[in-house]
Amino acid sequence: MQIKTLKDLKSGESGRIAQIDGGHGMVSRLAALGIRPGRRITKISSMLMRGPVTVEVDRTQIAVGFGMAGKIIVDLDKVTE
Amino acid sequence: MKKIVLMGNPNVGKSVIFTRLTGINVIVGNYPGKTVEYKRGHMNLGGETVEIFDAPGTYTLEPTSEAEEVALRMLDTGDVVINVVNATNLERNLYLTLQLLERKLPVVVALNMWDDTKHCGINIDLDKLRKLLGVPVIPTVATTAQGIKELVESIPKATSPGVPARSRDDRWVAIGSIVDQVQQVTHRHHTWFERLADATVQPITGVLIALAVLAGAFLVVRLIGESLISYVFEPLFNNLWAPVLLRLSDLLGGAGFLHNILIGKLIEGEVDFVQSFGLLSSGLYVPFAMVLPYIISFYLLLGLLEDTGYLPRLAVLVDTIMHRLGLHGYAIIPTLLGLGCNVPAIMATRILESERERFVAATLISIAIPCAALQAMIFGLVGEHGGQYVAIVYATLFAVWIILGIILRHAVKGFTPELLIEIPPYRLPLWRAVLQKLWMRTYGFLVEAVPIILGAILAINILYVLRVFDAIANFTAPVVTGLFGLPKEAVTALVIGFLRKDVALGMLAPLALSAKQLVVGSVVLAMFFPCIATFVVLLRELGVVNMLKSAGIMIVAALIVGGSLSLVL
Repeated sequence: MQIKTLKDLKSGESGRIAQIDGGHGMVSRLAALGIRPGRRITKISSMLMRGPVTVEVDRTQIAVGFGMAGKIIVDLDKVTE
Repeated sequence: MKKIVLMGNPNVGKSVIFTRLTGINVIVGNYPGKTVEYKRGHMNLGGETVEIFDAPGTYTLEPTSEAEEVALRMLDTGDVVINVVNATNLERNLYLTLQLLERKLPVVVALNMWDDTKHCGINIDLDKLRKLLGVPVIPTVATTAQGIKELVESIPKATSPGVPARSRDDRWVAIGSIVDQVQQVTHRHHTWFERLADATVQPITGVLIALAVLAGAFLVVRLIGESLISYVFEPLFNNLWAPVLLRLSDLLGGAGFLHNILIGKLIEGEVDFVQSFGLLSSGLYVPFAMVLPYIISFYLLLGLLEDTGYLPRLAVLVDTIMHRLGLHGYAIIPTLLGLGCNVPAIMATRILESERERFVAATLISIAIPCAALQAMIFGLVGEHGGQYVAIVYATLFAVWIILGIILRHAVKGFTPELLIEIPPYRLPLWRAVLQKLWMRTYGFLVEAVPIILGAILAINILYVLRVFDAIANFTAPVVTGLFGLPKEAVTALVIGFLRKDVALGMLAPLALSAKQLVVGSVVLAMFFPCIATFVVLLRELGVVNMLKSAGIMIVAALIVGGSLSLVL
């Protein structure tokens, strides 16, 4: 099992959110948008120069700032290809 | 009167349901947090008139923004809640639903976007969901009005099932169990459309697409605006209105005080709609034939961009750049609005979270973002001397926006929170909604602008007779002539710029300025002070102290930029 932060994921990679290293405010804001431990998450893209990361959770796309993306820890799926 | 409150996450079609229920005009945008100001309407419910409130979209009842606080406050005043839920995203939406049920308020759930569940491969067991939630659940498709009648009929059946208050984690556990029982999702491959949609948020393709979209939008705005001017409004004024005015001019004896106020100066025996400057000549021509066509075309395009859901993607793309200016990507939305009119743009800065961001965004908009009215005049007057001069005006304002933003980022204390927004799926805009919004915005322009334009022209003519401008002109001559290289008569225009910038630029027309002077004049007019309407909104949004700071920045920036332009060109 491979563990990475969301910002280190490659576009197209997916996994399960293991934990979120943030304060209560950040955790609940992310949870409200569906980003919380245990959920499946797929990285869609990231902007250059520490720009926001776009992810898909529950068929919804969400853009997350680079700093926050560094605090979202993801359990990567095993590569099947 | 009974009060019904519509509650739901952003982008679930709440505002469309509201429009369906009340028939009142509301703005329906596709980007998160659009309805910061709530909407109120009335509807007939079994012979009784009830009030309906459209609360701002909120994900939870633990508010994280001003808009969510408003939603919470409105909830407390309601008798019945219609909870609008996105059927394609049950899990996340149910969090708010459970919180509402814990509040002991009668609730009806509108399961909106019901038609989308099919092509998303989602199957929801409605009966089971009704049983588990203990309240009426009505599938709806707001865009086609499907289920609205049933929704209205279910309002009297709204109940409060008496759910005990839970902790956040327990709520998620409860939701997990509900979703497991009622929802089945069949796996489905990405369509080519979704792949294309994803390309708009990839760094390289996204930027290329954004440039193409913005350039395309700009061209279409100009094309529609110019076509309206040359095929509709100019013929109307030249062929129908000018002869009427000439007759009136004869009746008034061709000169005199009343003649000057109503018709203005005749140029070579003819009414010149730009230069005559009477109430019935320029006073009608400027708002209707020069500005209105661009207002219509700009808001049409903006409405389409809003309702397709493209704007949040643009916010993601520009986030990195906007952070250099002390803003985040979301601030692009008020900025784009500012290209139409600065007033709604500055009101829209409320969607930004920190005070610093709101100050920076509002200041940058009022300095460097020319409104559609001013732009129309820039194209009309400066454009006559060649497109390169129009380009200089735009390039200068863009440079000011960037440089001033960088300065403000370092100078203004505070923080800029990180971007965190939902990106709604692309949707085909509903023509009815787009046209309704276009009509509201155009009507808003006419009601706001036309009286001020007429008033400004009347005031100018009277002050002109009283020779007030001569005094001001002499007093400010060192700055205007010395620094900007403009004739001192241009002072009148700069003063009038406080009322209406389009009228002010129109006043430069009779002065026979060179292309260079027109460029300096346009830039200074755009920057140096907001028009009165913007000024009032700035005061309301920023407070006295910050408004004065903002105004100070504008004056200093206008002096520096105007002076340098005059030297360089």
